[in-house]
Amino acid sequence: MSMAQQAEPALGRPPAPGSKQQDGRTARRPLALRLLARPEVGVFLGAAAVLVFFLIVAPAVRQGSSMATILYQSSTIGIMALPVALLMIGGEFDLSSGVAVISSALTASMLSYQLTLNVWTGVIVALAVSLAIGFFNGWLVVRTGLPSFLITLGTFLILQGANLAVTKLVTGNVATDDISDMDGFDQAKKLFASSFTVGGVEVKITVVWWLVFAALATWVLLRTKYGNWIFAVGGNKESARAVGVPVTFTKISLFMLVGFGAWFVGMHNLFSFNTVQSGEGVGQELIYIAAAVIGGCLLTGGAGSAIGPVFGAFMFGMVNQGIVFAGWNPDWFKAFLGVMLLGAVLINLWVRRTATRR
Amino acid sequence: MDRSSPSRSRRLAPMVAVAAAAALTLAGCASSHGGKKAEEAAQNASAGRADTPRMTVALVTHQAPGDTFWDTVRKGAEAAAAKDNIKLVYSADPNAGNQANLVQNAIDQKVDGIAVTLAKPDAMKNVIGKAEQSGIPVVGLNSGLSDWRKLGLLEFFGQDESVAGEAFGDKLNTTGAKKIVCVIQEQGNVGLTQRCDGVKKTFKGTAETLYVNGTDMPSVRSTITAKLKQDSSIDTVVTLGAPFALTAAQALGDAGSKAKVATFDLNKDLVKAVQNGSIEFAVDQQPYLQGYLAVDALWLYKYNGNYSGGGVQPVLTGPAFVDKSNVDKVGQFAAKGTR
Repeated sequence: MSMAQQAEPALGRPPAPGSKQQDGRTARRPLALRLLARPEVGVFLGAAAVLVFFLIVAPAVRQGSSMATILYQSSTIGIMALPVALLMIGGEFDLSSGVAVISSALTASMLSYQLTLNVWTGVIVALAVSLAIGFFNGWLVVRTGLPSFLITLGTFLILQGANLAVTKLVTGNVATDDISDMDGFDQAKKLFASSFTVGGVEVKITVVWWLVFAALATWVLLRTKYGNWIFAVGGNKESARAVGVPVTFTKISLFMLVGFGAWFVGMHNLFSFNTVQSGEGVGQELIYIAAAVIGGCLLTGGAGSAIGPVFGAFMFGMVNQGIVFAGWNPDWFKAFLGVMLLGAVLINLWVRRTATRR
Repeated sequence: MDRSSPSRSRRLAPMVAVAAAAALTLAGCASSHGGKKAEEAAQNASAGRADTPRMTVALVTHQAPGDTFWDTVRKGAEAAAAKDNIKLVYSADPNAGNQANLVQNAIDQKVDGIAVTLAKPDAMKNVIGKAEQSGIPVVGLNSGLSDWRKLGLLEFFGQDESVAGEAFGDKLNTTGAKKIVCVIQEQGNVGLTQRCDGVKKTFKGTAETLYVNGTDMPSVRSTITAKLKQDSSIDTVVTLGAPFALTAAQALGDAGSKAKVATFDLNKDLVKAVQNGSIEFAVDQQPYLQGYLAVDALWLYKYNGNYSGGGVQPVLTGPAFVDKSNVDKVGQFAAKGTR
């Protein structure tokens, strides 16, 4: 694990204003090794290996439209994997992120439908609810000092139960009603769930959002004070606090960022499928976390990147769809998925270990 | 008080702002069509009310949370309970061991009857034996067609999944399908596998299976899209639940495929899709009927000693087909969420 520490900027050191970081960690290394030591390079190579593998074994993957399908699946995981990764770099963990997506979609759908409102009202209230869930998680973690694992496990169960119970109470069914004929739906669908054509290939809008969010997260992490705070609170909370990092603000805002991601993906689900089943979302949190971990974020916090989880999510989407494109015996589906992911993670680990040796 | 008030108000401020914003939008941004206002007031089926002394019935299923199918079973059971002056205790757990505990719980409550699903009959064997020893009549519903007699249940209401699958395959033969893919939303589920196997048994063309992650709709959509692209000769997608059929119909568009969709089970959105032609047909095992009959049967047994099928034959609730020819009739019931 220690090799991953290489990627960590100035742990516990205040970002001295005006001076570029000169921590000496890369000064004596050749460029290739320096690159390899970045947390995202291992996963990049792993993803590339998986891509090449499926390009060879599954002819269908070679079409542009197949790549669009893979990117679509990757994007809905990837949009959530980004804030989940930032949260993990910040040393915390969110088990409620999978069902929070559905909570958000349910809120927007039921509010709009039951009160017969323009769906944008539901969308905005759902954002407030999602941010509030994130705030609640973060506030409780900071206030109690309990592991975020416990707190968010509690939230996970609360949301899972509330999704079901509230939906049943309000709609009389366990799924929401179709809102596709309501005012504002088409606009919202354009923003969250439309698609466009590039060179004859239909690409889903979520792919664009995914890349935009990834670029934004990378910039924040590497170029802003807030980015440094994230690394600092994840590395060592006490020393971060000692040098004036607003630990409480950073942690709560990271949980709220996960809330934002859940809202965004929830809106995508709602506007692309028109209705939401209240039991969905369970288990997705582990996939988001897996994408972040494959992407080089440490489970212990303090290290990682925003671009790594992009490749992590891509790898997940690639393996998931590649198995189908290859037409393999579906009984082995999950086993294949597990083997491919483990393989990719091991490549990732090996690359980092090789790069940081000597 | 004074010390805490500034920080509290600072924390409250965003909430107040959100509430205010919400109130404003509520006032100004009503939708002119769709929504609750457009939904007609639906009334539940009612067949008078029995004046027999109140009894308690436990319905214990293997429902996973938030599944539209089981919601319909429960509604049927509630309708029968309301009519028969029964207090209905509903509980469910997809884990067989936990479901057995819920049956034990019903025995401890000394209920007057138990209706139970047998998704994993072996796990339920002991606890059902205990119920019978305590003199509580037990009826089966939905799953367990091949085991209910062995376990000594009084009667059984459901659909034989294999029979339903076979009927489905026959129906596909009449639509001219040549190559189908059967989409399973939960790997390892016995009933779902039986359905696909039944379809394969009678279907004359070639059939493949595809597993999708049922808790993640975008993933379901892209996996079906991928399958259609991988094999462009697929002309029919068979799904095993209504929400997955609707998603499959979208995946056809994504893949640019001309294939058709046919499915097991219904809900009100699916009825609309059959009406507008995006779904070919649905096979309906009538979950409402399963819940209703199971509860009603316990009342009949207690007050008149009746049991359907004479304790030997199951009462089949399906398969009933819903397609263009009869969808309008079914649609008016589905709109209430009871079909």
